[in-house]
Amino acid sequence: MGRITLEQVRKAFGPTEVIPPLDLEIDDGEFVVFVGPSGCGKSTLLRLIAGLEHISSGQIQIDGKDTTRLPPAKRGLAMVFQSYALYPHMSVRKNIAFPMRMAGIDAAEQTRRVEAAAKVLNLSDYLDRRPGQLSGGQRQRVAFGRAIVREPAAFLFDEPLSNLDAALRVGMRMEISELHKRLKTTMIYVTHDQVEAMTMADKIVVLQAGRIEQVGSPLELYNRPRNLFVAGFIGSPKMNLIAGAEAAKHGAATIGIRPEHIAVGEGEGEGLWTGKVGVSEHLGSDTFLHIHETGLAETITVRASGEMAIHHGDTVRLAPDMAKLHRFDGQGLRMSELQKH
Amino acid sequence: MATQHARSAARAMIAPAVFLLLVWMLIPLCMTLYFSVHDYRPLRGTFECCEGLDNYIRFVSSGAFQDSVLTTIMMVGGILVITVGGGILLALLLDQAIWGRDIVRILVIAPFFVMPTVSALVWKNMFMNPVNGLFAHLWQFFGLQPVEWLTQLPLFSIIMIVSWQWLPFATLILLTAMQSLNSEQLEAAEMDGAGAVNRFGYIILPHLARAITVVILIQTIFLLSIFAEIFVTTGGAFDTRTLTYLVYQRVIESQNIGLGSAGGILAVILANIIAIGLMRIVGKNLDK
Repeated sequence: MGRITLEQVRKAFGPTEVIPPLDLEIDDGEFVVFVGPSGCGKSTLLRLIAGLEHISSGQIQIDGKDTTRLPPAKRGLAMVFQSYALYPHMSVRKNIAFPMRMAGIDAAEQTRRVEAAAKVLNLSDYLDRRPGQLSGGQRQRVAFGRAIVREPAAFLFDEPLSNLDAALRVGMRMEISELHKRLKTTMIYVTHDQVEAMTMADKIVVLQAGRIEQVGSPLELYNRPRNLFVAGFIGSPKMNLIAGAEAAKHGAATIGIRPEHIAVGEGEGEGLWTGKVGVSEHLGSDTFLHIHETGLAETITVRASGEMAIHHGDTVRLAPDMAKLHRFDGQGLRMSELQKH
Repeated sequence: MATQHARSAARAMIAPAVFLLLVWMLIPLCMTLYFSVHDYRPLRGTFECCEGLDNYIRFVSSGAFQDSVLTTIMMVGGILVITVGGGILLALLLDQAIWGRDIVRILVIAPFFVMPTVSALVWKNMFMNPVNGLFAHLWQFFGLQPVEWLTQLPLFSIIMIVSWQWLPFATLILLTAMQSLNSEQLEAAEMDGAGAVNRFGYIILPHLARAITVVILIQTIFLLSIFAEIFVTTGGAFDTRTLTYLVYQRVIESQNIGLGSAGGILAVILANIIAIGLMRIVGKNLDK
């Protein structure tokens, strides 16, 4: 049970409106990721749902019940904070048991749930340690444990992986996804990292300046970005956005083509654009080439295979896959699909 | 790290300060030790050597000694309870985003800058005077008999005066400690269902534990030597004679320097025992 509905939710700090009225529907059991650049209001939105900030107007419903005026503890949500916010003077066991202790659950039940959560999270050997004696990943798991034992209607995650190193982050990403599959509880996850968003989400909410730019599954966002912002934000490396005469040929103000949808050939010959290789980034599996002097104002990024032996200053031919071309109008909105020839 | 040369230079630079400190501390201490084994009463013209421990035995065996130790403990304990308790409350208050917070903070710190003699005189004459004092007027306003603070509640009055002076210190240390508390911890506790009282008891108070032990340690060391506040208010009468004040009375009022010196040495020993005990507790707390 964890269906969350936002209706015309608006938040202003004094005269500055951080979140203009917005509507959002989150279904039971969904893994929803709020993603956007820093300062886009995604954390504020999460805190509004949690009840840590009061909304200026509008309504938040959890399972059909209006919770707008309820204090955080009464909303049945559990939150994992960016800093984990573990209680440093309590052992791991007491940290995990704290919400149950506050709720007045009897000791035997507390012990049972703590042991169960510790088993799920591989923390059984660490229950009597203090948070200060744990590694970053273990602390993260303790924070999950504290959330799980509450058996909440939904989990809220506020950039939980941003304090971990890259290797650990990938591991924890998997663990959270598995946790979601096992618990089947609604999860709302805030991040600025679009890779996290793409890999974990059932539904991504792209935010910019408090406004929802697009809501959809990762592939919907990738294949059919609704506007220029989403097109540029989702996908790594960024989609090539080309304005001017080249776009006008396709009857659009701006056209976009992803680096992976451009074929690269060496030397002269067939191809839409010809250019010189600038920086090339070799990742092993792939090589990202930044191509200059194509006659376009923009530098074009393309993905080539990892084996491709291309060096700085080489001339290459670029053949974009026209079926994968995105077209945007003067307002930056997506235009209808090109007719396939 | 420092080279050999820099280290010897540092030693040379710090030598004058160390020398001064040694002279200032060691000479009075040695003189007190020296006098404490003499029968030295200047007004009677006696200065006889080698009394042994007679002065010490006389000082300890008088009834005044036990009373003074008890008074000292009650006074220091009372002040610690009020300053730590009040300090936590004030720090909680000053940690809130209230209008004019910076000015309030400066005002709160102000009593710490007032000299002990001055503050004791102000309290004695302007607040606690049973005829003209503010408290007397307040009591009369409610139709009550004014309290003669310094004769009816002498120990409590002195505790009030000294607590007023030390409250800012406790508040300041506890406020800085409180500001170092991660606000996400409080929010997490709020989400976990902890109300304001539980958040204070389970999160804020444990976080303040270190700061509280530091406040207790530092204040105890200073409070053991309270003098001016007693001198200008009760003059040691009405059971307000602390150990420090007893030593003063023996030396100045009884003009028995030998006996007073013995008392002084005993006070130093007692204070050191307490300080070392407290240091151990603080040390343990800081290791956590």
